Amino acid sequence: MTKILIENGRIIDPANAVDAVGSLCIADGKILQVLTPPADFTPDLTINAKGQIVCPGFIDLSARLREPGHSHKGTIKSETRAALSAGVTSLCLPPDTKPCIDSPAVVEYIKDKAEAADYPRVYSIGALTQRLDGTELSSMFALKQAGCIAVSNAHAPLGNLLILRRAMEYAGTHGLLLMYRANEASLSGKGCAHEGAMASQYGLPGIPVAAESIALAQALELAQLTGCRMHVSQISCKQSVIKIQQAKKYGLNVTADAAIHQLHLSENDVLPFDSHYHVIPPFRSEEDGHYLREGLANGTIDAICSDHQPHDLDAKLGAFPETEPGIASLETLLPLTLELTSLHRIDLHKTLASLTQKPAAILGLQAGALTSGFSADVCIFDPDLPWQVNEQTWHSAGRNTPYWQQSLIGKVTHTIQGGRLLYKFRNR
Amino acid sequence: MHRHLQLTEHGKLKHFLSIEGLSKRLLTEILDTAESFAGISEHQVKKVPLLRGKTIVNLFFENSTRTRTTFELAATRLSADVLNMNIATSATSKGESLLDTIRNLEAMHVDMFVVRHALSGAAHFIAQHTAPHISVINAGDGQHAHPTQAMLDMFTIRQHKKQFAGLKVAIVGDILHSRVARSQILALNTLGVAEVRVIAPKTLLPAHVCSMGVIPLHDMEEGLSDVDVVIMLRLQKERMNSAFLPSESEFFKCYGLTETKLQQAKPDAIVMHPGPINRGVEIASSVADGPQSVILEQVSNGIAVRMAVMTMTLGHHGGAA
Repeated sequence: MTKILIENGRIIDPANAVDAVGSLCIADGKILQVLTPPADFTPDLTINAKGQIVCPGFIDLSARLREPGHSHKGTIKSETRAALSAGVTSLCLPPDTKPCIDSPAVVEYIKDKAEAADYPRVYSIGALTQRLDGTELSSMFALKQAGCIAVSNAHAPLGNLLILRRAMEYAGTHGLLLMYRANEASLSGKGCAHEGAMASQYGLPGIPVAAESIALAQALELAQLTGCRMHVSQISCKQSVIKIQQAKKYGLNVTADAAIHQLHLSENDVLPFDSHYHVIPPFRSEEDGHYLREGLANGTIDAICSDHQPHDLDAKLGAFPETEPGIASLETLLPLTLELTSLHRIDLHKTLASLTQKPAAILGLQAGALTSGFSADVCIFDPDLPWQVNEQTWHSAGRNTPYWQQSLIGKVTHTIQGGRLLYKFRNR
Repeated sequence: MHRHLQLTEHGKLKHFLSIEGLSKRLLTEILDTAESFAGISEHQVKKVPLLRGKTIVNLFFENSTRTRTTFELAATRLSADVLNMNIATSATSKGESLLDTIRNLEAMHVDMFVVRHALSGAAHFIAQHTAPHISVINAGDGQHAHPTQAMLDMFTIRQHKKQFAGLKVAIVGDILHSRVARSQILALNTLGVAEVRVIAPKTLLPAHVCSMGVIPLHDMEEGLSDVDVVIMLRLQKERMNSAFLPSESEFFKCYGLTETKLQQAKPDAIVMHPGPINRGVEIASSVADGPQSVILEQVSNGIAVRMAVMTMTLGHHGGAA
């Protein structure tokens, strides 16, 4: 296998508290040594990373690849290419594929497709309930055996709190992480925008903050009761940050993430009836965004995910409420994360940890760090390189992003997965 | 964005989708133009040749007899050809997308779409995606806007009150679900009234109603005190089924407009309603048919205002005016 030497880069590895200019040696698919290369190291490939940052490959807790079932929106092949170009070397696939991930056969199918796409680190999240219908528990043990890294009901509602309680107990029985997106469906209803000034003005059905925070409060109570290891996915508001902060303070073993775009955009950024801003949970108030960033800075929010949801053109063509929610967001993950530092002054080590060390810890993966002996999943990026989001630079099959045609700063230049250089940026 | 979408580069009206972003000058121009059309309906020959040769499509994705009829009359009186498309029972229910419907009609070389749709933002979407020579008039989209209704209301107010400065206006009823109220609020504030009050139970007010430039009140007597204009909104029956209200009778008790409650308003206050009215639910018959009611004038004014908007939007690109 290829020996790779990455030299002259600024190596940032939050897990090992490394931030220094030096070299990174990769051999046999693994991290060999950090900062100073061994005297006898003879690389097959040398990457000069001068002026660039070398860090562990990113781990995305939620990225939809649209396969199986929605391959007109994207495929495992197209979306894992997008992931590599974004420096993402491991990703979790939510269970709302079609068929959904409620049987080992679907897990196997995804595994095969991922292997064929030369991107083995697609981690399936199993369905919490059969068909995601919220009533009967899925065969979680079988799903775990097949390789599911966690269980979740994705955006689908659960029938009642008893089912959530039993699901927590049963997932706990098999040592499975439960990923939970908090939403009280009776309160969010057919809403498509944050219940705030913008929705009031434009007459868009609103989703109140309480739809999330009430469901979260209930789930936290049940996690306490059952001792279930719960990760809260894609929180969007101040109340959720406060509730998670309190739960952590009182010793509950809970973690949380936020989608990268939620850390940047608010209802005030939504262009009237522009469906590219249609996302669930919706863009909240400026104050909510502020609390999310605070929560990330103080560790209440552990991880940043892309919440990547590529769509075909038709899905976004229509009157705002009837369009499908979601943003193709893998490829804007890095530049927007860097903006958290440049614009909002959140420590770069913290934001990088929330893309590497923290999600690895949440999933219990031996990844997200440049530790000797770990699989060599490495991302090299130029933090100052401006680029435009357009047909030439984009990889995802979904072009549904509010950042289309915009210039962003910070570009992944090399992505190494398992010691193999799988992506190299060519300035076209 | 609205401004760019609705106006030409010379600041003329291209589409009429929302009151948002339109200037006081432009709204006044609409009212003045409508004024010049108001007389036509009384002529022996109720027609002017301004839009001769133009084809106007009434594209109604949601049923509405009254609004469609007044648009049709307005177009006919301008000598345009009118095509009525009731899409609620046609193409899209067969799975055709909104965009396909538009494309097909475009291919028939039409000049204007008058659009009514159940979803907020539908008229904007059509305006954004239609061919550049076509004008779009929003005849009501979801809970967002109904700008021609708002302008005919402004026209009626101006007829009776001469000017907007100093007026106190109360809008009563289901503000939350009302595209009419949203457009009225924008128009009233742009034209410079002194005060817009909205009177409703909390269940029927938008969550952030204060950001809309109104004073929200829950008590009818307090809300009507000293107002010049009372606008009643229609209450949809289905509001009773989804826990917005306990009953029609309780709503009428609290928010129905009766002669007694109307006494709180100025003696020369006018009473308006976009129709169709629910007698005994939001308004007592004695008030609806009483001396202060201008409800039927609103209907006639609707034709003149729609004629004005049609000529203004079509006028700028080789139309008639």
